[in-house]
Amino acid sequence: MTYLAKAILLSATLGLGLAGCSSMSPDRFDNVTDLNASGGANGLPSDPTSPAYFQQAVGDRVLFEVDQSTLNPAARQILDQQVQWLLANADYQAQIEGHADEQGTREYNLALGASRATSVRDYLVSMGVPDYRLSTISYGKERPLEICSAEACYAKNRRAVTVLKSGAGF
Amino acid sequence: MRHLALPILPALCLALAGLLAPAAPAVAQSGPLRIEITEGVIEPMPIAVPNFVPEGGDAAQLASQISRVVVDDLVGTGLFREIPPSAHIGRVTSFSSPVQYADWKAINADALITGGVSVQAGQVTVKFRLHDVFAGQEMGAGLQFTGTEAGWRRMAHKVADAVYSRITGEDPYFDSRTVFVAEEGPKDARRKRLAIMDYDGANVQYLTDSASIVLAPRFSSTGDRVLYTSYETGRPQIYVLDVASVGRRVLDTGQGDMAFSPRFAPDGNTVVYSLTQGSNTDIYRMDLATGQSVRLTDAASIETAPSFSPDGSRIVFESDRSGSQQLYIMPATGGEAQRISFGEGRYGTPVWSPRGDLIAFTKQSKGRFHIGVMRIDGSGERLLTASFLDEGPSWSPNGRVIMFARETQGEQGTSSLYTVDITGRNLKRVATPQGASDPAWGPLQ
Repeated sequence: MTYLAKAILLSATLGLGLAGCSSMSPDRFDNVTDLNASGGANGLPSDPTSPAYFQQAVGDRVLFEVDQSTLNPAARQILDQQVQWLLANADYQAQIEGHADEQGTREYNLALGASRATSVRDYLVSMGVPDYRLSTISYGKERPLEICSAEACYAKNRRAVTVLKSGAGF
Repeated sequence: MRHLALPILPALCLALAGLLAPAAPAVAQSGPLRIEITEGVIEPMPIAVPNFVPEGGDAAQLASQISRVVVDDLVGTGLFREIPPSAHIGRVTSFSSPVQYADWKAINADALITGGVSVQAGQVTVKFRLHDVFAGQEMGAGLQFTGTEAGWRRMAHKVADAVYSRITGEDPYFDSRTVFVAEEGPKDARRKRLAIMDYDGANVQYLTDSASIVLAPRFSSTGDRVLYTSYETGRPQIYVLDVASVGRRVLDTGQGDMAFSPRFAPDGNTVVYSLTQGSNTDIYRMDLATGQSVRLTDAASIETAPSFSPDGSRIVFESDRSGSQQLYIMPATGGEAQRISFGEGRYGTPVWSPRGDLIAFTKQSKGRFHIGVMRIDGSGERLLTASFLDEGPSWSPNGRVIMFARETQGEQGTSSLYTVDITGRNLKRVATPQGASDPAWGPLQ
């Protein structure tokens, strides 16, 4: 096993351990706004504390290889930046959406999307983002971003997107 | 929902029960008229179905419609071909008059179906006789069905079911329904609703609205309930829906990020499903009455898409524990699983046939998707279809036909339902009002 794989396994184990300590109830995210959506609430990309900056300058998504949920070096680089941003902007929570491309069966892809979202959450947690600020959801192949039936689109659809949320009182 | 109630006269119920019981080979052997469904190429049997005779009330249009549905059912199997009414020499003007077999021999009809339809106070009565033209005699006794006018299609399906069973010796399947996901809108913003329809695409009714994504419904073995997965609470959860009342409740699956892939056990009291915690998805089993659940698989991989054997003793499921999706069989109480798929590619969505002898599956290989079947020990794999994306087989009640979803390629891609015979012949699209996916074929009604 490579050092890399060990590190991922370790972070996955850590993440699972921590996940057990907190409730994953979705109710916690009631009355919250999706700040990654375009609009005034996003702020300006030039403002480093804005969700728009997180989306565009930091990078809100990582991509995966076919049928994989392991994080490649490019993905970890983006997530390292997400960690820094999330630690500097402690008022935000995030829901990590896991997705798959259309080349798979529906239920398997649902599980695969969950595995991808969990890889991201576990990595962020292993790098110091508090577990309670993060949640995950899988959309399987139900919500593709790109709709062509070619690898160029599939590659963009095999993704985990860190969607910022800010709720009242948070 | 229950608009298709079908009161059949008590005496006729008995007749019907006798006919449809599996252990009634005498019926099919009463004449030389017989289709043996084999793997080889078969020549469809020529049949003549003159318009059923209107016998009372305003029945002319209904009689014509019922005759058409009977023909569509039979011809749709690929086992029969219709000799069109325009080629008929004989005329049937009364259901009770003797049949002039020479008229039907002359046009080379092997089988002749005659019928009569009457309407009285909103009740429709359909009678029919099946004739072996070359033997010059009836094949089995005449039957009649009575039901509401709105349920006329079911009576037509019952007639076709009886004919199909008598001639093939197989259990019937036309009087059955399918639950599926109706789809509208583009690929990146698709709206999905749970829907139910007759097996042939008629009488579509919607069971949910499109506010939440819904996935992969499954009937109970009696067809009274449907299990499905919905994002109604914001994350995937399992619902049980009562078909008659359309009332639904969420299954409390306890801890876990999401629950999905639910299937009924044959007895209807137990549900198996997948529960995801973090990156791990395992299969669980829940007693519906008590809500108690037990974990059946315990691997760090993805275990999903379970399906019970018809006797409820075993479960076939998919797992990527080997590194890619493959099929496994384990005892219904959990325990050691045996891998059964060893061909090239990935295997998913296994479904145990109602006869118990075959597993239908989705296979991905070399960038193509296939629907296939294999024996339960994994031998005898046969691929029945090939396309850009075929997925999610479901068995007809008699185990002769498989329904599945086919998605077309590209930005305008849409999903439709298809059926294919387990011999690989007779691939046909099922007409639905919009896009459709995730079909689950219910039991004979």
